Amino acid sequence: MSLALNESDITRALTRISHEILERNSGSSDLTILGIPTRGAHLAHRLAAIISTIEGAPVQVGTLDVTLHRDDLRLRAPRPLMETVIPSLGVEGRTVVLVDDVLFSGRTIRSALDALGEIGRPIRVQLAVLVDRGHRELPIKADFVGKNLPTSKSQSVKVSLREHDGVDEVRIEGESA
Amino acid sequence: MKHLLSINDIDRDFALTILDTAAEMAKVTDGPVKKLPTLRGKTVVNLFAEDSTRTRISFEAAAKRLSADVINFTAKGSSISKGESLKDTAQTLQALGADAVVIRHPASGAAHRLAQGRWINGTVINAGDGTHEHPSQALLDSYTIRKHLCGGTGDLSGIHVAIVGDILHSRVARSNVLLLTKLGATVTLVAPPTLLPHQVEQWPVRVSYDFNAVLPTVDAVIMLRIQQERMSDLYFPSEREYSTLFGIDSDRLGLTKSGTILLHPGPMNRGLEISAEAADSEQSVVVEQVANGVSIRMAILYLFIAGSQESVNG
Repeated sequence: MSLALNESDITRALTRISHEILERNSGSSDLTILGIPTRGAHLAHRLAAIISTIEGAPVQVGTLDVTLHRDDLRLRAPRPLMETVIPSLGVEGRTVVLVDDVLFSGRTIRSALDALGEIGRPIRVQLAVLVDRGHRELPIKADFVGKNLPTSKSQSVKVSLREHDGVDEVRIEGESA
Repeated sequence: MKHLLSINDIDRDFALTILDTAAEMAKVTDGPVKKLPTLRGKTVVNLFAEDSTRTRISFEAAAKRLSADVINFTAKGSSISKGESLKDTAQTLQALGADAVVIRHPASGAAHRLAQGRWINGTVINAGDGTHEHPSQALLDSYTIRKHLCGGTGDLSGIHVAIVGDILHSRVARSNVLLLTKLGATVTLVAPPTLLPHQVEQWPVRVSYDFNAVLPTVDAVIMLRIQQERMSDLYFPSEREYSTLFGIDSDRLGLTKSGTILLHPGPMNRGLEISAEAADSEQSVVVEQVANGVSIRMAILYLFIAGSQESVNG
């Protein structure tokens, strides 16, 4: 089980992504940052905290549960729903930055786009992920990537975050093919 | 965990999962698009062999909001009124490919019979069987109480609930006693002795015949309907006497602590167990119970039929 990112790697990646988001969108006034539970939600709050420090103004941040829109519901036992919290200004006409920990098949992000469509019509949607491990099954691409990690399909990427796991790190488990 | 026949089918943690799931479902209901793709391709049959307004339309709305196909099947106007047996009806439903059968039946144990009969493969959800149980009603009552009195999270520890009226014939009371106590609430039953079940002393509840003495101590009051259709004997001398001793009106509401909420599963007999002023008062959450009922039933349908039964059961 090899360590791919340590605590300061994660912090640096999030700081860089925050700057990239601000650069791409010319500031934070039209931004709504939505994290996908569980770890994407923690990352979204961290990004929002960094961005609001840089800009000196609060940022709209929330969470978006995608469970009810997944395409594998029929294949597995039902999962409990996670919390969806849409910030006060909503998503209508705003730039929504979706945040997740790992981008893999792309199916979670497809579900998130469907879930988002039910809440309103953002002017644009961007995607920020801590790790992109490849193996996409859908035509989906991240706008902001913390780290590209080439992996084999049999491996798994385990993201741990302070808020949820007590430690900040990203590990790759299993043998590379 | 394939069928929901009784509150005994679910443990405390799963009950809380249902309540949490319902809270998320409520957000969908409040949003601009009240529809989710979750149960697309699933068929839900509402088999109602007994009259119902709220429960039937609530299950129907819940199934439709989750994109399931809904087939409504009521006793009046179907072959049940020609004397078709439950087994034959069930086999018809099986032929229709029902993923879930929501059953309301005047006979206690009907849902259990349907589930154990091996006549159908689908999930059976008990929507009220005779005087036995009505689990989805208890779940929506606990959801409503938790939302008002517990900030919408956690269990119901420290909450004191009075259930008042016709306990003997009430499936709502049976399911509520099981669920409320499972969630940590204290329950007091208030009724004339004739309307209390045998061996009620073995239930995990307190019993009182003095409504006025109980009122100042409770956080929620669940009033039960006097079920004329199930009463074969005289259980009280007159409706007026019952109403005077066990009905709730604005004077009695005045005895409660501020913040005490008033529930009723409906349909209400205004003027008998509940006065019009009490039913329409600030403390009454009767209308909200109906809205919460849709969220709870969405949660039940999602948690019981969204996954593959094959993969769940191996």
